[in-house]
Amino acid sequence: MNSKLARGLLLSAAVLSLAGAAQAQDVTLTIESWRNDDLSIWQDKIIPAFEAANPGIKVNFAPSAPAEYNAVLNSKLEAGSAGDLITCRPFDASLALYDKGYLASLAELEGMKNFSDVAKSAWITDDGENPFCVPMASVIHGFIYNKDAFEELGLSVPETEDEFFAVLEKIKEDGTYIPMAMGTNDQWEAATMGYQNIGPNYWKGEEGRKALISGEQTLTDAAWVEPYKTLARWKDYLGDGFEAQTYPDSQNLFTLGRAAIYPAGSWEISGFNTQADFEMGAFPPPVKEAGDTCYISDHTDIAIGMNANTEHPEEAKTFLNWVASPEFASLYANALPGFFPLSEEPVELEDPLAQEFISWREKCESTIRSTYQILSRGTPNLENETWNASANVIRGSETPEDAAKRLQDGLTSWYEPQKN
Amino acid sequence: MTVSSPRMPVRWHIGVFLAPAVLVYTAIMVLPLFGTLQLSFFRVVDGRDVFVGLDNFRTLLGDPRWSASFWNALGNNFWFFLIHMAVQNPIGILLAALLSNPRLRMRAFYRTAIFVPTILSFVIVGFGWKLILSPIWGVAPSILDAVGLKSLFAPWLGKEEYALTTLGLISVWQFVGIPMMLIYAALLSIPDEILEAAECDGITGMSQFWKIKLPLILPSIGIISILTFVGNFNAFDLIYAAQGALAGPNYATDILGTFLYRTFFGFQLQIGDPNMGSAIASIMFLIILMGVCIYLFGIQTRLRRYQF
Repeated sequence: MNSKLARGLLLSAAVLSLAGAAQAQDVTLTIESWRNDDLSIWQDKIIPAFEAANPGIKVNFAPSAPAEYNAVLNSKLEAGSAGDLITCRPFDASLALYDKGYLASLAELEGMKNFSDVAKSAWITDDGENPFCVPMASVIHGFIYNKDAFEELGLSVPETEDEFFAVLEKIKEDGTYIPMAMGTNDQWEAATMGYQNIGPNYWKGEEGRKALISGEQTLTDAAWVEPYKTLARWKDYLGDGFEAQTYPDSQNLFTLGRAAIYPAGSWEISGFNTQADFEMGAFPPPVKEAGDTCYISDHTDIAIGMNANTEHPEEAKTFLNWVASPEFASLYANALPGFFPLSEEPVELEDPLAQEFISWREKCESTIRSTYQILSRGTPNLENETWNASANVIRGSETPEDAAKRLQDGLTSWYEPQKN
Repeated sequence: MTVSSPRMPVRWHIGVFLAPAVLVYTAIMVLPLFGTLQLSFFRVVDGRDVFVGLDNFRTLLGDPRWSASFWNALGNNFWFFLIHMAVQNPIGILLAALLSNPRLRMRAFYRTAIFVPTILSFVIVGFGWKLILSPIWGVAPSILDAVGLKSLFAPWLGKEEYALTTLGLISVWQFVGIPMMLIYAALLSIPDEILEAAECDGITGMSQFWKIKLPLILPSIGIISILTFVGNFNAFDLIYAAQGALAGPNYATDILGTFLYRTFFGFQLQIGDPNMGSAIASIMFLIILMGVCIYLFGIQTRLRRYQF
């Protein structure tokens, strides 16, 4: 394992030094990222736009696999071989990097004033003094559905939970389509596209999330167990062998037109647009009763900061200021429909599916994922445990109550506000 | 009167010849090993490394959550090892015995075909088998369907009760070539005179294998067992490639290697803890060390060796 990592590092170092030798006159900035899906968009659209506006600075986008990004990045930073610009995961992972002195403070950066406090909240020190990453985008959860399939079966978009399950039941009875494309093999889909997707409607978004952080609510409260009970009902509507179904399997099942509904994050939009040859629509997580306020997970997901030990701080700041500009926001949001800009300047979106997702910001209350801020600082890690619990509940190997109790016990074991 | 004692010449060439291996081995194996041990005695408190003695080990074995994960991983690791000992090695010996049969044709072909998976990357094996066993695209359900046994199919890699055994068998498929080759070599080195003498005494066929060949290849079987033990307790790659670092479902395939990886490097929102990770790595080292010692002093010294 170690040797593999070392080999990877050597290889990337070799590639970097080659690239450096080839363009010795220009400054080359390297971006570390986990978005390897976006490689072509960065290379073809974003980087050329920046380089055209800023001659003399070259940018090299060097992503690694999402699941390995944090570990690889940490090793690179420790070894001093990381790139000049670091794509930031939200909250503690990046905060830890800042605390260790790997990320530079951006309090002085001109472009930071384009962002609201909420947008900056995921990448700022607890005292609110030092932002360390420029917010790039948030992702919104919901369900993407196959419009052709819905028309064929005469279904309408569900608004309440009862309607949602009625729709699933009808698709199942008809048998042409798998009602919902999701598997539990990779675990994170169950938590992210399951629990965190439908949950905000139960715990009332920010209200419940903040109450959990302050210790006023616990994970065993009805508002936090209910979403697990709903997830447990999903089991009957997933495809055969969903236990071994992976994330790419689910994506393919949906884009090949074999499944009717896909519990989604808006980041899927660009991939699905190129893969699927049917028309797609989206609906927000169904509410309990018609007329209830709806809540959506509008998760601050991605930002970019500067390696504190970069050799080219001035050029890196130029790039970050450009990222903070409306020009970048518009370029990025339209190149990657489904990643919604966080800057206060309104951005015109062209993609209809992305428009649908972003329209929910107006009628629903936004929140972020419940486990991300503060609550995943300890051991056991609440986010990882939530993956495990959500997958268990969907597979039926753990009851919602047991799962909630296990999570609460784990949280109580290290989190002071929950201890009383 | 002085007697010039015959002085032994300094045999410096021994040192010279040993030096490269010793230096390289020390630099890339021994030093990191001690580095890991050292790391496991420290903990980061307020941003500084503080010596905490055996506290990390106490947490690992005493804290209910850490110890539950640890014993789960250790138990899974023993099961993984047992599958290899009970399936891989007997099949390896059987294949070697068949291959060493002089009447078998196309021996070289079989030998190569069985050995090839061993040189494949774990990633290829992991993804390949995941695809074969996939309930959606895999060939396994359709093959079973073709012979009317579709009802036997289950999403094995996604079921807590089967996942680890399935991965164990995949690993057996990959590595069965190694015991086969070692035993095959041992069988070939048995002199013909002994076998002829056995035949003169009327020992042929199966009883010749049990009474003559098997005792002669026992030392090789011992070596294979210990290689299997060390390999399995260091295993990581296949589980990681097939199930990811969380070793799902519900940690059913979590072995010490994946547990170590998650702890040391962190995973998703979990930030890596090199100190606890080193504690796990040190315990893995101790387990392997104990296993090897038991073999060396308990078994190997008692094995009867035959000189031809």
